[in-house]
Parts: sequence; C-alpha cells; structure tokens
Amino acid sequence: MKALSIRGLKKTYKGGQIALKGIDLDVEEGDFFALLGPNGAGKSTTIGIISSLVNKTEGQVTVFGFDLDTQLSDLKRQIGLVPQEFNFNQFETVQQIVVNQAGYYGVPREVAKERSEKYLKQLSLWDKRNSPARMLSGGMKRRLMIARALLHEPKLLILDEPTAGVDIELRRSMWDYLEDINKQGITIILTTHYLEEAETLCRNIAIIDQGTIIENTSIKRLLATLNMETFVFDLAPNDNDETTQALTLEGFTWRIVDGHTIEVDVEKSQGLNRVFEQLSQQKITVLSMRNKANRLEELFVNLVEKGRQPAAAGA
Amino acid sequence: MQSSISYIALKTIWIKECTRFLRIWVQTLVPPAITMTLYFVIFGSIVGERIGEMGGRPYMEFIVPGLIMMSVITNSYSNVASSFFSAKFQRNIEEMLVAPVSPAVIIGGYVGGGLARALIVAIIVTCVSFLFVENVNIHNLLILVITVILTSTLFSLGGLINAVHAKTFDDISIVPTFVLTPLTYLGGVFFSIQLLPGIWQTIAQANPVLYMVNAFRYGFLGVSDVNVGVALAVIIGFNLVLFITAYTLLKRGAGIRS
Repeated sequence: MKALSIRGLKKTYKGGQIALKGIDLDVEEGDFFALLGPNGAGKSTTIGIISSLVNKTEGQVTVFGFDLDTQLSDLKRQIGLVPQEFNFNQFETVQQIVVNQAGYYGVPREVAKERSEKYLKQLSLWDKRNSPARMLSGGMKRRLMIARALLHEPKLLILDEPTAGVDIELRRSMWDYLEDINKQGITIILTTHYLEEAETLCRNIAIIDQGTIIENTSIKRLLATLNMETFVFDLAPNDNDETTQALTLEGFTWRIVDGHTIEVDVEKSQGLNRVFEQLSQQKITVLSMRNKANRLEELFVNLVEKGRQPAAAGA
Repeated sequence: MQSSISYIALKTIWIKECTRFLRIWVQTLVPPAITMTLYFVIFGSIVGERIGEMGGRPYMEFIVPGLIMMSVITNSYSNVASSFFSAKFQRNIEEMLVAPVSPAVIIGGYVGGGLARALIVAIIVTCVSFLFVENVNIHNLLILVITVILTSTLFSLGGLINAVHAKTFDDISIVPTFVLTPLTYLGGVFFSIQLLPGIWQTIAQANPVLYMVNAFRYGFLGVSDVNVGVALAVIIGFNLVLFITAYTLLKRGAGIRS
C-alpha cells in the first residue's frame, strides 16, 4: 500500500508566487524517504499541504488511501509532523505539550500520560518532563517535537529538517532512533540539508527544485549514476618536506592542495589502483585517503544545475 | 467515534486554556479584584453617597451588577484574544491545525477557557462587592447565570475573531481600547439610561452592552432599563452571528493557513 500518493499538486501563493508546478510523488508503506531540494524549492510547501497547514491550489493527495479533500480527519490521524521550526508553547512543560497534542487526536488523557512516559524515556526527555519547554537546549527541543509527533502513534512520520542545528553526537543518536522506529513499521519522510543524512538513512529519494520533481528514484540507483569521484590523498613528507613538488600522475586530473596533500578526480572505469601504483613508483607513502565531498552532494548539485539549464538558457 | 474524539480534543483545549490563565493568575485574576475594589471605593462609597439612589436602589447596589459584568466582558475578551494570538504568533496553533480538530471544537475550547476565567473573575468581584454592600439579594438566579454565560461567550467569540485577524500585538489591544471600553462605560454600568435626554436614550439602545448589563442587573436586583426577554434575544442573536463568523474564518484558515 502507498503511504503517500501525490498527483498533479500545484500551489500558487497569494501574490502569484508559484511554489509547486504540478508534482507527482509516491512513497511506499514502510519506506524511509528523503525529499531533497535547495531553499525555496517547494519541500516545506509540499509537507505543509500534506499536513493541511497549507491550502493546495490544485491536485490530489492521499495518505494510506485517505483523501485530503474528502477524508481529512482520517488522513490527519495517519500523520505525525515534526516541523522545521519550534512551534510549541514555550511556557508549557514538556509533558503538557506531548499529552495535549495526543488529546487533539482523541487520545484519552490517562493513555496519553502513559504513552508520554514511554516516548519521553526513549528520547531521553523523561527527566525534563516538568520543565518548561523554553528551558530545554536546542537538541532537546528537537527531540520533544519528535516525541510530540509520535504520541498518537501515526503510521507516517514527516520530519522537516529534524537535525538542523543539532550537534553530531545527538544527530547520530536521532538517526539511530529514527531507524529503529522505521524498522517497527513507521513510514518516514525526511527533508534535510545534510545529504549525508539522506544517504545514511533513506532508501528512496526525490529531488525537488523550483516546484518540480527533477529526480525520484532509490538512493542506490542514484549513486550508481555517479561516474566520477574526487579523492583527497594525504601524503607522507619526504626529505625536502615538499612531497607534491615533483609528483606526476599520468591519466588523471589532479590538483595540489598543499605540500603534502593532493586531490585526484577518478572515473569509475579508471579505479584507484593506478593512482596507488604511480605513487608507489615515485616512493610516495599515502598516509590517508578520503572522499572530497559527500557523493550524494555532488549528484544533488549536478541534478539541480542540470534542471535549471533550460530556464537559464531561455532567460 | 468522531464525537468522542472531538470531546477529548475539546476537553484538552479547555484544560490547556484554564492551565494557562491559572499559571499566570497574578496577571489574570488579581488585577480585576484590585480594579473593581477601586471602583467600589471611588464610585460606590465616595461619589455614590452623594448621588443617593439610582433606579430605585442605593447607588452602590446599582453599580455592583454593572461592575461584575464589566469584568466578565473584559476578561472573556482579553483571555481568548491574547491566548489565540499568542498561539498564532508562536505557531503552536499548528498543533491543532495538523490534528483532526474541527473549527467548532477549537472555538468551543477557547470560548470555554474565556468562560472559565470570566466566571472565576465574576465570583471574585462578587466577593469583593460583599465588602461594600450590606444586603445582596439575588432576584432571579437563572437570568443571572444565563446572562453571564451568554455575555462571556459573546465576548470570547469577539476576542477570537479579533485574534484571527490580528497581525501584531497592537491589533489585539485596539478593539478593547477603542471599542469595548467606550461601549462598556456607555452601556449603563454606572447610570440608568433613563437619565439620558431624549434622543440619547434611543442611541444608547443601539449599544449591545446595555442589554447585557441590564439583563444581569435584572437577575441581581430585579430592575432593568430594557425588557429582559429582548435583552436575552439580542445577546443570543449576537452570539449566533459571531459564532458563524468565527467558524467561517477558522474553516477557511484565515490568518492561520497560507
């Protein structure tokens, strides 16, 4: 069954700004789906329409078969939303926020209190249950919004940049938690600016730019289209302390970063062995090697630039 | 099924609203007690003794129902206007918008909160009035209760509509300052409209607050400048118009959905 199905979705804001130009999108039940795009691409508008915070101009949206126009209450019950910005009452306590949210979905207060213990403990917020939300750190506020979205036990969790401004350690723990609940059967749609996040967590991906879906496929398939990667080599110093001065690499495009570091563009057909062979022949030791950029990031930039070319040409 | 879900949602909004104004009781419940004490001291005791009787009652007794009603009006209005606008401003109104909560339930929850605060304030002001009035006899408890509930509902709805339209905090203070206060002061809180000369009596009857104050005064003292049946009909009519307006605005998502 499809967790989300969107057909011909259009949105024009008052004043004529076109946010969505008629997008089609499907997300299967149980999927971990990434919706990527640059700022102003239409991601938040799409999420806003699905969660009924934004009125659509045209098109059809169904969530687990429930239609946005005719079965709104049923549709809303399927969704848990974690918005980009903190949108809870800063003066309410952590537990009040989550229990009240469950109440809006018709969860009786006693049941909501029991569930609040479960989810606040899972998200390491139980000790803070009686603290006003304004006293929480940024990371805690993000986790509070996840707990709030889960309390009515939705089948589809939508997260709009959930790890923005969160430190690396906390981000990793949030990833683990999201992976866990996805394994338990909750379908997750994620928008993020951290492409590493999408690559690590998500199975399928849609890239949206200027109100149009420019790519919709699996992450694996998308990464397979990547022909060239740039590697950074850290080299051991030689006697002159300038390892890269006399270095040559036949058949590769490469650049000197500093006296001990080079960047090499390697096409898939070339392989890395030839680089190592040539460095060995010149008696150069490689201390370490890494990808210059996140692989998905390169693809993302390429796709967005490619998608904009006709418009730019016509301008 | 849907009705039980709506009931839980309604109860949740109501509890949330009551928790809010009780948490800040120094800002919400204490000021009306102090303000009304001053009114009783200045207008009732000091000025009132020189006025004598009004509407066949000692002046102090005459103004008690009006002052209670004035507190009910201002507290109902400001409770809902400030709470709903804050929810809009902080965007936590979205908590309700993403959930299966109908506009009627949102209205019911917020109006219920306004009503609860207004009733508590009414009880506080009534208790304060006991310090100044020796014999308080209630003429018609049913009319008294119906009037206070309908009036509080009416001004809670008004506060909600104001908050829906408001874009800044200034916008929710304009109506109380420039509309509510003049209407309340000219609505027969401190005087009987029979004291007004000719045409001004007719003009005063266009003021809806006059009907609320007089219906409430009738419940308290058994005296009124207007027919109580007409007064209640006017209040119910305004309630219906404001409810339909508020419902339509929320259904359309005016000011809260893009």
